Amino acid sequence: MNLLEVENLVKHFPVAKGWFGRGKQTVYAVNGVSFSVAKGETLGVVGESGSGKSTMGRSVLRLIEPTSGRVRLEGVDVTSLNGENLRKARKHMQMIFQDPYASLNPRLTIGNILEEPLKYHGVEKKNDRREQAERLLREVGLDDSYYDRFPFQFSGGQRQRVGIARALALNPKLIIADEPVSALDVSIQAQVLNLFVKLQETRNLTYVFISHDLSVVKHLCNRIAVMYLGEIVEMAECEELFRHPLHPYTQALIRAIPVVDPAQRRQRLILTGDIPSQTSPPAGCPFHTRCPQCMDICKKEHPALLTQSGHQTSCHLYGKH
Amino acid sequence: MPEAELQLNEDQLLQYRKDNGFWRRFKRNKVAIFALALLVTILVAVIFAGYLTPYDNYQLDLNATFLFPGEQGHILGTDDVGRDLLTRILHGGRVSLTVALSSLLLGMSLGTLLGTAAGYMGKVSDNLIMRLMDGLAAFPTILLSLLLMTVLGPGIANLVIAMAVGNIPKFARLSRSLVCTEAQQDYILAERSLGASRGRIMFQHIWPNIFPTILAYGALHIGSAIIAEASLSFLGLGVAIPTASWGNILKSGKTVIETYPHISVFSGLAIVITAISFNLIGNGIRDALDKKLQ
Repeated sequence: MNLLEVENLVKHFPVAKGWFGRGKQTVYAVNGVSFSVAKGETLGVVGESGSGKSTMGRSVLRLIEPTSGRVRLEGVDVTSLNGENLRKARKHMQMIFQDPYASLNPRLTIGNILEEPLKYHGVEKKNDRREQAERLLREVGLDDSYYDRFPFQFSGGQRQRVGIARALALNPKLIIADEPVSALDVSIQAQVLNLFVKLQETRNLTYVFISHDLSVVKHLCNRIAVMYLGEIVEMAECEELFRHPLHPYTQALIRAIPVVDPAQRRQRLILTGDIPSQTSPPAGCPFHTRCPQCMDICKKEHPALLTQSGHQTSCHLYGKH
Repeated sequence: MPEAELQLNEDQLLQYRKDNGFWRRFKRNKVAIFALALLVTILVAVIFAGYLTPYDNYQLDLNATFLFPGEQGHILGTDDVGRDLLTRILHGGRVSLTVALSSLLLGMSLGTLLGTAAGYMGKVSDNLIMRLMDGLAAFPTILLSLLLMTVLGPGIANLVIAMAVGNIPKFARLSRSLVCTEAQQDYILAERSLGASRGRIMFQHIWPNIFPTILAYGALHIGSAIIAEASLSFLGLGVAIPTASWGNILKSGKTVIETYPHISVFSGLAIVITAISFNLIGNGIRDALDKKLQ
């Protein structure tokens, strides 16, 4: 059974430009994204800056209100919950943030940071909360003597562990990690990624792992979704995606990963230009402005999402013509 | 295992906290320390006004009018009806500082509440409150206070209210923008995702983080509040005689400023020194709170 089902998720931000809001524009951040994640699975979401992956993650958790679409967690429609019901449902799905410096309240001790969520969900006794907080610290590989310290006394890696411990405090089913290691040193990235793997095993967690770094995602994820301009352009099992990337965008991304062996010659496929403006996305295929294999039809028609033995892609190269 | 960066032992940690504490950073600013010492002296003198001079605040002595400083044991001389000027200034300081501080506190509390509501309760209340604040801010503060004093009538309580109203929009604007910035921070998003209620996020997470900035801004405004009180009293709409305030002592010396300048000069000096001290301390607080200047 799927733990998370996202159906046609859309998020548009209206932006006013000019005086008195004349010339209103819309940022098409997420345009109809659908996917599902099975229990215990890790779905990687990759894409460059501005592809809408963070917005997608936050809309799924209702940290920003999606414009339309459905999100179901264990069959419960999260998008229709409101007020107190939503507040209570939030404990099943948590987020881990990119910047460990901005994601911890600088005026609370580590202990308080970890106890806050317990207070929100009715753990009344101070001793119980303290015990749980210390257990969480140990679980993420920190010393429980850090309980009384403040975030500024810790390094980025340690802070990120605190962020992970906080996300675990309510024993969630789903964790959406938004670039959780990209702000960390490479040597510490591996440690934190290992922690993710360990926690998934011990707690049977389900991850949606957002990253711009394919090599990070490769070792952690069962499936990978590639996003471009607010859409999923390709989604497949991890190995399948790396071995047979179908979409030209995915091909370019994979060939751009540095290879350690100097003898091996790479065929680079260098994309030109930038991701197009989100306020005026191109007609037809969103990628056609940068696609090395662009055809006439790509400029006119939006390609449909085709599925073949679990490998989804939306590209006219693989259409029925 | 946790990575071994920044592993400080307890002693180093204590030392680090000491070096970077608010007080430690404030202390590095010698000018602010000087201003603080000056201000503490003034405050002590003003608080113990009744015990420092042998004269009575209201006691007239028509045989000793317009004495110059030092004459007949009056350190700062006497005024037009023979009251001891030092005594008047010390008692006047009580009134002036009380009015300035309480109007500022009132304006700060109301302004912060309104600004918080505007920043956190949605678009309708935001527009409603902030347009009202724009309207208030469109008047020069002193003019607004003058208008209110004419409407409310004389009296110290009314003076505090009239001056507070002028301060409300400043603090509302500041706190609104601080709330808006803080509410965008990741840690607030995290608390929301953990299921914190809106009130809890506002009062437990946002307020403690914006309060130091508001306080520092408030400290910077005490000086102008003192001057505002003096201006209103000088114009005859503030504290009414025979109650002394720095503003109305300054005014009472105005007509005789060429022959007996000491009355206006000393009361004016009291205003200027206190206002400048508060400003310098406010600067010191602001700098010490600014993490970037560490």
